[in-house]
Amino acid sequence: MGKESKYESVIGLETHIELNTETKMFCGCRLSFGDEKNTHTCQVCLGHPGSLPVTNRKAVEYAAKIALALNCRINKYTIFHRKNYFYPDMPKNYQISQYDIPLGVEGHLDINMGGYVRRVGITRVHMEEDTGKLLHTGSTGRISESEASAVDFNRAGTPLIEVVTEPDMRSPEEAREYMINLRNLILFLGVSDCSMEEGSMRCDANVSVKEKAAKKIGTKTEIKNLNSFRFLQRGLEYEVKRQVDVLESGGRVRQQTRHYDNRSGTTKTLRSKEEAHDYRYFPEPDLVPIYVEDKMIEEVKKTIPELPSEKAKRFESEYGLTGEDCVFLANNMDMADYFEESCRHYDNPKNIANWIMGDFSALMNKNKVESIRKSKVSPKNLCKMLEIVDEGKISSKMAKSVFEEMFETGRDPGDIIESRGLKQISDEGLLGSVIDEVISENPEPVEQFRGGKEKALSFLVGKVMAKTKGKANPQLAVKIIKEKIG
Amino acid sequence: METYYLTAHELRDKLDKKEISSTELTKSSFGRIEEVEDRINSFIRLEKERALSKAKEVDSLIASGEKVEELTGIPVAVKDNICTKNITTTCASKILKNYVPVYNATVVEKLESRNYILLGKSNMDEFAMGSSSENSHFGPVKNPWDIERVPGGSSGGPAASVASGEAICALGSDTGGSIRQPASLCGIVGLKPTYGLVSRYGLVAFASSLDQIGPLTRDVEDSALVLNAICGHDKNDSTSVNKEIPDYRSFLKDDIKGLKIGIPSELMVEGIDSGVRQRVDKVIKMAEDMGAEVEEISIPSLKHALSVYYIIAPSEASSNLSRYDGVRYGYRNKEAPTLRKMYKKTRAEGFGDEVKRRIMIGTYCLSAGYYDEFYEKARRVRTIIINDFRKAFEKFDVLLSPTSPTTAFKIGERMEDPLTMYLSDICTIPVNLAGLPAASIPAGLSKDGLPIGVQVIGDALREDNVLRAAYSLEKAIGFKDLPEL
Amino acid sequence: MGRISRDDVRYVAKLAELDIEDEEIEKITSQLDKILDYVAEVSRVDTEGITPLPHILDIKNVLREDVPGESITPEAALKNAPDESDSGFKVPKID
Repeated sequence: MGKESKYESVIGLETHIELNTETKMFCGCRLSFGDEKNTHTCQVCLGHPGSLPVTNRKAVEYAAKIALALNCRINKYTIFHRKNYFYPDMPKNYQISQYDIPLGVEGHLDINMGGYVRRVGITRVHMEEDTGKLLHTGSTGRISESEASAVDFNRAGTPLIEVVTEPDMRSPEEAREYMINLRNLILFLGVSDCSMEEGSMRCDANVSVKEKAAKKIGTKTEIKNLNSFRFLQRGLEYEVKRQVDVLESGGRVRQQTRHYDNRSGTTKTLRSKEEAHDYRYFPEPDLVPIYVEDKMIEEVKKTIPELPSEKAKRFESEYGLTGEDCVFLANNMDMADYFEESCRHYDNPKNIANWIMGDFSALMNKNKVESIRKSKVSPKNLCKMLEIVDEGKISSKMAKSVFEEMFETGRDPGDIIESRGLKQISDEGLLGSVIDEVISENPEPVEQFRGGKEKALSFLVGKVMAKTKGKANPQLAVKIIKEKIG
Repeated sequence: METYYLTAHELRDKLDKKEISSTELTKSSFGRIEEVEDRINSFIRLEKERALSKAKEVDSLIASGEKVEELTGIPVAVKDNICTKNITTTCASKILKNYVPVYNATVVEKLESRNYILLGKSNMDEFAMGSSSENSHFGPVKNPWDIERVPGGSSGGPAASVASGEAICALGSDTGGSIRQPASLCGIVGLKPTYGLVSRYGLVAFASSLDQIGPLTRDVEDSALVLNAICGHDKNDSTSVNKEIPDYRSFLKDDIKGLKIGIPSELMVEGIDSGVRQRVDKVIKMAEDMGAEVEEISIPSLKHALSVYYIIAPSEASSNLSRYDGVRYGYRNKEAPTLRKMYKKTRAEGFGDEVKRRIMIGTYCLSAGYYDEFYEKARRVRTIIINDFRKAFEKFDVLLSPTSPTTAFKIGERMEDPLTMYLSDICTIPVNLAGLPAASIPAGLSKDGLPIGVQVIGDALREDNVLRAAYSLEKAIGFKDLPEL
Repeated sequence: MGRISRDDVRYVAKLAELDIEDEEIEKITSQLDKILDYVAEVSRVDTEGITPLPHILDIKNVLREDVPGESITPEAALKNAPDESDSGFKVPKID
């Protein structure tokens, strides 16, 4: 621990996000996920001789949406470049991308780290096209162990957005939180599925370490293949430790590209600085410039929903929730919507929030329900149940069990209570006769209570609850017991 | 005159009057091809069966009184860098020897919809890189006027086939003069339209910012007629001009009275043949006699055009030709055990020397450390050339120059010296850099009986001026000679 | 002259994925050198204050609606493939 605390890490992330448009970036082929190989291709996305790209308007709008949501300045004049390198998943052996005049620049994303807020600068948001997929033959499916590979170009040409940050993150946890926040934001915008598992969101990191007091940033390495929140954090932790070890043993960190191997949890050299690519970027002559008009920016802005940070602030003032609760709810669009819809049916936001964040979330996690919208409990039914509790018709303990059934079946809470005969006994006469029985059967505790032992009262209430199979209204029971023996 | 030597507009008339059928016409062209093709080598592939069955269709179409268009039933040669669906398109390269496009170029779609007759795919310099049509995997094209000489390039096949009577007209492509220079060397008309006027979709890219498809024809009227058929906005080509298109035949007026003609002194270059110079001077004199206002003009930046071109064109080409890697189509070296070896062998074996040379130059000009010095600098100088042309066109309607500084040279003569070869296009290259329209028309024969061409350059989208001047001068020159074959 | 060295030529050939035989290097280097030496004259032109035009004609904002067009069949896609394996484009061992 000691030697690592001398250092801090300096991390910047490059995230690729596949947009969920109908068609590809530069041709009319549909996007595909898990379809048969090479079923979504044409002369353009196969890079056939003579074919030409034409830019997808929606992809540009989506990119602008992301850039604006990340507080970027939109370049009024933006162009595409060609990035040249040979690889079999690249149909043209160049990628149409953006270079020195990307769509969005100079943005930021604020990350709430619990105790503090980290502002992560967004260097650029740019548009490009995705590559095809390589399928490696052989049992392991690993490139180094295959004798040959096959290329599937279904993915080639899928609109891709690259979000590049400044080296503003100071720990692997911050990097992880940034990714979680970025993903939430994009999901909010509805422009990508952001599935790291399926590769529609992918992440590379630039990382270096420096002594805390030092101003100068150390030599960085680029880590590829950090494709889950866990791998991101673990890969960065490994790499930071590796760099610290190198420095501590008197060595120098070499500038290189490294690959994260999730099996071993380590990073391995992919190529050195000397072998770095010479991409020969130049302006794409097959496409014309895009002049982003103010009108378009305004139109796009209108389509941006309230973002998590704004939402959290509003929840705090509008519903009087605590800051933490607000962030929790606001970071999940479905949950936030669900919460707000519930608030229209029931006037105790705090109570709703507690239920959503407590039992409801726990059940969702346990049953692997991804979104609150996919659960069977409607906001209306949740509120109905809360009202029933408030009216004292069921106890909050009963409510938990009723909610479990609502979660499983989606039934109306009233019906559940009815059919299970769960209604609380709130009838004074009925409860009074049960209490009479309890008093006569338990003379000792009755005496103890009279002698001032408060604990005895709980015992008696417990007996009442047992006799009524939990249906007695406990508050009412206490009141009657006190009246009868007080 | 033999049927195969008539123009498209003459044949249109005969077809419409039913004096001749498309089948007869097509057979006549193929007859001529049989006579001369082994000496000319202007085709990489002939589509005789397909052409004859199409001609039959067209004949019944005409017989049934259906509306026909200008090119309906006319036999046309198409340069082999223009994609034809299900018909091999090679770019005269080994690397695309067996490549069969899955789609038609937009120009081919347009011609198909007008029921043209495709004779076959024309020979050319590999990937349109060259000025002599010697750089072909399928052997050099010969000039019909002297088969020891080159027809010019890179559209040598289209030019030679039109000049020799094999095709009525042809489609070529022009990146630095590849339509105009061979038209000049073969004694026919070649027109390079304004960049973006004709869709590039399906034209196998050489240098994207310079490439343009255009007609090679026997007279100016035919070039207007073909242009009518192939131009127009294309949603598949982002660089395509989206403007209303006039009827280009309407500009064919034999009248240049008052037309302001500039003679750029930089295009009357040093290495120009005296015979060529005399001819061009004669044409200038004719223009003056016809009432045009002729004046010399200096556009100093044109001196740098060749350099700019030989940076920009290879740079774009180096990227455009990266896709030929033996993965998705085309030639592959099948012995290579690993991917990188396969790439290197495939490309080394699949491309010819000139193509490789240009890929190397372009790669160098774009590479780290040289980009600013070469590519970026060339873009800026190109901009100066564009601006200077604009200024010139504030004063002039058209500019006039030789098309090529020399007449057709001997096969093999310039092959060992790339730079000398590059100089063949010195008069035509500036036009591509500025994206302007220009035509080459025959101006007569040299002492040794070889064609000389003059070039008429117009401002962007001012094909009207180019056609009017070319048409009037064509009438005045009255060039009627045909090669002896 | 002496603008481009043999090592430069090898480097460029590597970038361009072109196999060049050792015996060819000399000749290619000299040819490229001549050409580059010729074109390098552009460096003498004063381009101060010149912004390269993005395009000859003022064409901009050419965008396509996000509406599916025609794709080709896998058979058509693979028709020209030098080698295929299970509906994929087969390539040799990636090194």
